[in-house]
Amino acid sequence: MAAPDSDSDEDLVSYGTGLEPLEEGERPKKPTPLQDQTVRDEKGRYKRFHGAFSGGFSAGYFNTVGSKEGWTPSSFVSSRQNRADKSVLGPEDFMDEEDLSEFGIAPKAIVTTDDFASKTKDRIREKARQLAAATAPIPGATLLDDFITPATLSVGFELLRKMGWKEGQGIGPRVKRRPRRQKPDPGVKIYGCALPPGGSEGSEDEDDDDLLENVTFAPKDVMPVDFTPKDNVHGLAYKGLDPHQALFGASGEHLNLFSGRPEGTSNLLGDIGVNKGRKLGISGQAFGVGALEEEDDDIYATETLSKYDTILKDEEPGDGLYGWTAPKQYQRQKESEKDLRYIGKILDGFSLASKSLSSKKIYPPPELPRDYRPVHYFRPVVAATSENSHLLQVLSESAGKSIHDPGTQSRHQLNASKRGELLGETPIQGSATSVLEFLSQKDKERFKEMKQATDLKAAQLRAQSLAQNAASSRAQPPSPDVGHGSWHTALRGGTVTTKASNFKPFSKDPEKQKRYEKFLASMKRGQKDALEHCLDPSMTEWERGREREEFSRAALLYASSHSTLSSRFTHAKEDDDADQVEVPRDQENDVNDKQSAVKMKMFGKLTRDTFEWHPDKLLCKRFNVPDPYPDSTLVGLPRVKRDKYSVFNFLTLPETASLPTTQVSSEKVPQHRGPDKSRKSRWDTSKQEKKDDSISEYLSLARSKVGPLEQESSPFVNKEEVHMKESLSDKPVNKGVDSQAEGGDSRPSMDLFKAIFASSSEEKSSSSEEEQGDSEDDQEGAGEAGFRSPQEELPSVAHNARQKLEAPQKEKRKKNKEKHKTKKEHRRKKEKKKKHRKHKHKGKQKNKKSEKSSSSESADSSDSQSEEDTADMSPQELLRRLKHLPLQRQ
Amino acid sequence: MSFPEPKPRGPVLPQKRLKTLDCGQGAVRAVRFNVDGNYCLTCGSDKTLKLWNPLRGTLLRTYSGHGYEVLDAAGSFDNSNLCSGGGDKAVVLWDVASGQVVRKFRGHAGKVNTVQFNEEATVILSGSIDSTIRCWDCRSRRPDPVQKLDEAKDGVSSVKVSDHEVLAGSVDGRVRRYDLRMGQLFSDYVGSPITCTCFSRDGQCTLVSSLDSTLRLLDKDTGELLGEYTGHKNQEYKLDCCLSERDTHVVSCSEDGKVFFWDLVEGALALALQVGPGVVQSLAYHPTEPCLLAATGGSIHCWREEAYEPESGTG
Repeated sequence: MAAPDSDSDEDLVSYGTGLEPLEEGERPKKPTPLQDQTVRDEKGRYKRFHGAFSGGFSAGYFNTVGSKEGWTPSSFVSSRQNRADKSVLGPEDFMDEEDLSEFGIAPKAIVTTDDFASKTKDRIREKARQLAAATAPIPGATLLDDFITPATLSVGFELLRKMGWKEGQGIGPRVKRRPRRQKPDPGVKIYGCALPPGGSEGSEDEDDDDLLENVTFAPKDVMPVDFTPKDNVHGLAYKGLDPHQALFGASGEHLNLFSGRPEGTSNLLGDIGVNKGRKLGISGQAFGVGALEEEDDDIYATETLSKYDTILKDEEPGDGLYGWTAPKQYQRQKESEKDLRYIGKILDGFSLASKSLSSKKIYPPPELPRDYRPVHYFRPVVAATSENSHLLQVLSESAGKSIHDPGTQSRHQLNASKRGELLGETPIQGSATSVLEFLSQKDKERFKEMKQATDLKAAQLRAQSLAQNAASSRAQPPSPDVGHGSWHTALRGGTVTTKASNFKPFSKDPEKQKRYEKFLASMKRGQKDALEHCLDPSMTEWERGREREEFSRAALLYASSHSTLSSRFTHAKEDDDADQVEVPRDQENDVNDKQSAVKMKMFGKLTRDTFEWHPDKLLCKRFNVPDPYPDSTLVGLPRVKRDKYSVFNFLTLPETASLPTTQVSSEKVPQHRGPDKSRKSRWDTSKQEKKDDSISEYLSLARSKVGPLEQESSPFVNKEEVHMKESLSDKPVNKGVDSQAEGGDSRPSMDLFKAIFASSSEEKSSSSEEEQGDSEDDQEGAGEAGFRSPQEELPSVAHNARQKLEAPQKEKRKKNKEKHKTKKEHRRKKEKKKKHRKHKHKGKQKNKKSEKSSSSESADSSDSQSEEDTADMSPQELLRRLKHLPLQRQ
Repeated sequence: MSFPEPKPRGPVLPQKRLKTLDCGQGAVRAVRFNVDGNYCLTCGSDKTLKLWNPLRGTLLRTYSGHGYEVLDAAGSFDNSNLCSGGGDKAVVLWDVASGQVVRKFRGHAGKVNTVQFNEEATVILSGSIDSTIRCWDCRSRRPDPVQKLDEAKDGVSSVKVSDHEVLAGSVDGRVRRYDLRMGQLFSDYVGSPITCTCFSRDGQCTLVSSLDSTLRLLDKDTGELLGEYTGHKNQEYKLDCCLSERDTHVVSCSEDGKVFFWDLVEGALALALQVGPGVVQSLAYHPTEPCLLAATGGSIHCWREEAYEPESGTG
């Protein structure tokens, strides 16, 4: 910088602006330090730099939101009135003007983005891109791009257009020459200005040999686009990777673009030629080396300059693409030219097909058998009867088809059980789920009777309905399975396994469904390995695995649907899964007779049911009424617990349930009365009695009769016990048997049944033989002691089943007498042996005896088990015991 | 000088239409007198409950808070509370003065057909289509009912409460009477679905109306039939019935737009009031005076005896 000098004004050249002359006495201005230098925007506001390019944007007051005072909304405008025209705010609403300007983050001005920018500038690159695309895995991908290139054309383009230039033509004077062959002349003379002129002209001159008069052509410019028809189901312009090419990269053209380039041109990208030797594996950088490859070079390509071409070579004849990679098509054409030599001359306008025609496959006609006669022969039709079955077979065999043995056909459709049948195997008993099979003959007969009865009823009903239908001339097919259905329901009462649910996911495959139900049942019992148990062991591991998954999913599904549905439904009155159900003690009587009573207007006793009903204590309090059952904990109607599917339900007919209701109404004629604290509810006497139903009533009745006798006998028992131990005389034994024989006239009591069924000592104590012997002893001891036989207390309850059971039992009892004597002898010997052990047992025995005398519930000494055992027992077990019933009854 | 005993007034029946109130709350599902008969409640199908002075025809308060139509309502003995039940399965306890919901008892699985206070308004008994009667304690904050009477096999259509009894009619055709003092349940079989039950004012009889267009008067203790009243039409709807203020007459709605009066003893039809063209779905009888409220469509009609002169001053 040169300051103007006053002395040499004329010969000095001054650059720049001069400083203002200093005034007198003024201190020279200090330059503003860097920290004080400010930049202001067009409105004079301070601008702070935040980013690299546009200065970023400054948010609010020194990067805080809002103003110096903090954030304040510009002004609150209630939008209540103009809610309708409130538009949705976008991000732009919160931006400054700078952001919307050209260099902001959201420029408002329309700017062509890179994607849509015209590619005309870089024409060579564009061309290369096109070429690459033609051979790329997805050929013609750039084609679409070209179609949608925006119309932002430069002035040059527009000028050219106005002059008659068309896209795709070359620029220059129209040429007199024949149209060139399909040889593409990629992009050479597009814009003369942009290209080295020599190359393009040279190529043109080559074709000037034979001219047609008066015909001029625009110089050729455009590479012909190879439109191949789409013959696949891929998306438009999609070509999947050929696995052959991708994996065995040797022939992969698209992976290996430059492998087949003409001699002399060198690779721009690495030395891929090395890969040519490979036969297997994905090749390329960073793919690693496969196990099959020997060489492990070139995994991590090291770029060295030696890999690049350093000299430009001018081998490319006439296309002027110096140093550019040879396009595939170009190269291919050369090859086809080579092929020409073999074919000869090609006509003008034709080119050699690049793809060979796929030859049609011709299938030869089938060879005729030697003895074939071209005349149809009708076979005689033979009716299949027993006599001519042989003939039929012969005929059909001659016809070339053998009669299918039903067993042999569709071997794969058979399941394990069917195959077993074919092989003559006996089906496995354990998997049989029908309780019927466990029933004794008598029970089966009884079932049959029931069935017949119901069948009969159903038949009568059907007859009635048929008559009615006939009268109304409405044809309705008689339902054939009415009786069957009832049979089913009767069965279902006994089968616990089928009760579970009517959610049957595998109903198509009954075997599987059976397995599934088994699985569910064992799940409910809490077995963890439930799945493993119920799967068919004959299945393969895979099948089992699948089924395991299916079952667990189905179970889950069932459970979840159960839970979701449960929100919509009220609870069932009876739990499906519980073995015991709470049944209202008193049922409202049958409606039928009441209806007739109503019809006859005989209201009163016939239409009235009276029940014991327990109001809630609090309700009584709120109503200012004394609690009628102050000692009762019950609320509502008294309920009894009853086994849902127990054998007792079979043994006791429903009449017994309805009996006590009449009793209640007849026995009790309750009147208004004051508070009676001493009054106790019948249902609260003891929990044990609550459990067993109406039988307990009879029991208590009988007990009151037997009561004194019992008291007499109980000391007697003790005496006898002592006596027995010491002298082992036969006397008490006889007594016991006698007493039993006396009781034999009446039916066996429910107690006995209960006792038998409730006893599970056999399983529990039979772990060792000795223990079993002990329990036997105990049983016999009970018999000897002449403990009150339960038969005596049984009131006569009309019951078919029990009466049936009766007759053989009586006979057996006589036999048992004989048996008993022989047993006694045996036992005496045993006794000596076990005397020692018996002493140990004494305490226990006594306890049991005392229990018995108090509760008189159990006749069997070995069963001190509670009734819960019955609940836990499987129906099979129950039925098994039922079968052994007469034997145990001694 | 002693005056002769005043001759007992013969029973008079309401025959004069005194007022017609357009309730403006959709169909009136039920109309109920309060305990002394000065006010009445109307249950609307527009989820509201309204308190009126029926003689003057003034609306006193509207109680809104139900989620669905209100099907029945009752007032407490001291006029301080109301209870109502509706299609939203809820039983609501209201404060009369403030109009606020005091409690909302939820638990019924179906719509609540009928609600009743007990004598001291400490318990609300609600009968629902879910075949249960639930006893809700108003004193405690317990959300669960004190007791659930689930003996009915079908929906409970009517519940009435005396000092120690609960009378319930069910669609299963039975009238059940729960006697708290005796701890007994008496179940009388009527056969046809029961629409309404009520005690006689002397507490000796129960009146039962059923869908076979018959009203039956049953002896409460024995269940014997004392009288049968027919002539009206009741085959579809849950219609109300009641006894007149001195148990002289049996009153019932009918589906042909009339209200029928029968002589209780003779069983003869005494009067058939034509209330409107449509079904008379609900009625209420004044506890002490011959005054009848009948609801048909969206309005209620107040009927008085012929001799009645509306007082000008206090009402």
